[in-house]
Amino acid sequence: MSQIFFYALSAVAIACSLLMLFQRNAMYSVLYLLVCFFSVAGLYIMLNAQFLAIVHIIVYAGAIMVLFLYVLMFLNLNTPSIFTKSNMLRLAAILTGGSLFLLLFAAFYQTELVQLPAPTVDTTGSVQTLGKVLFNEFLIPFELSSVLFLSAMVGVIIMNKKDKSNG
Amino acid sequence: MDNAVALSEQMRAIPLQNFIMLSLILFSIGVMGILMRRNLIVVFLSIELMLNAINLMAASFSSYHNDPQGQAFVFFIMVVAAAEVAIGLAMLVMIYRNTKSIDINSLDKLKW
Repeated sequence: MSQIFFYALSAVAIACSLLMLFQRNAMYSVLYLLVCFFSVAGLYIMLNAQFLAIVHIIVYAGAIMVLFLYVLMFLNLNTPSIFTKSNMLRLAAILTGGSLFLLLFAAFYQTELVQLPAPTVDTTGSVQTLGKVLFNEFLIPFELSSVLFLSAMVGVIIMNKKDKSNG
Repeated sequence: MDNAVALSEQMRAIPLQNFIMLSLILFSIGVMGILMRRNLIVVFLSIELMLNAINLMAASFSSYHNDPQGQAFVFFIMVVAAAEVAIGLAMLVMIYRNTKSIDINSLDKLKW
């Protein structure tokens, strides 16, 4: 049962990411990637990481993809842009990606993974456990990430301000 | 918690290798997209896809090791990805204002 779920979710994820690549209109690319993210969230739930699944949906579907769609509509692109001009470059890109996959797969195949059993503790991904970890061991990085967000926000506003004084 | 126990029993049917394989495939698709597309927005989307593949791998290792620290790392990767997208899209809008396109090939001022 869970195997069927796993294979269905991963097939949807791979198919949607491939469709994202070969889509002429960037709007459809964003929507396909959204479907891909939802199936990844389903995989997180299968991994018993409920908190991550919820955060993943909120952050990616709720914030990042909306930002992408907003910018796309804001720019009002009328010319659908396509692949790199020459077929040689496209072939080179596919070859590079394929050989990277082969390299990673070979490294993965050579590695003797310790035969890990399935997750035995069911509360690894619960809000309680992750909250304890985040606010004890990772307290300083957690606080610093808010500073990162603040600086990102200020940077975005400054970058997109029309400079009237031309200096 | 009964549901969680049942879920864990079922997870024994899926080895960790499958999750690693899936994230490798997604990562390679992301690399392919960055090299193949001319549209800057799709290049950004491919970067998001690569980050997601890494997140999935970290979460699966953490879950199979019963160690919540990996999932805390995934959380921080999400934070960085969100900040990166905000900055990247702001730069994209700026590029569009200056060159009137989001084609990568229009950014060749530093080429020669």
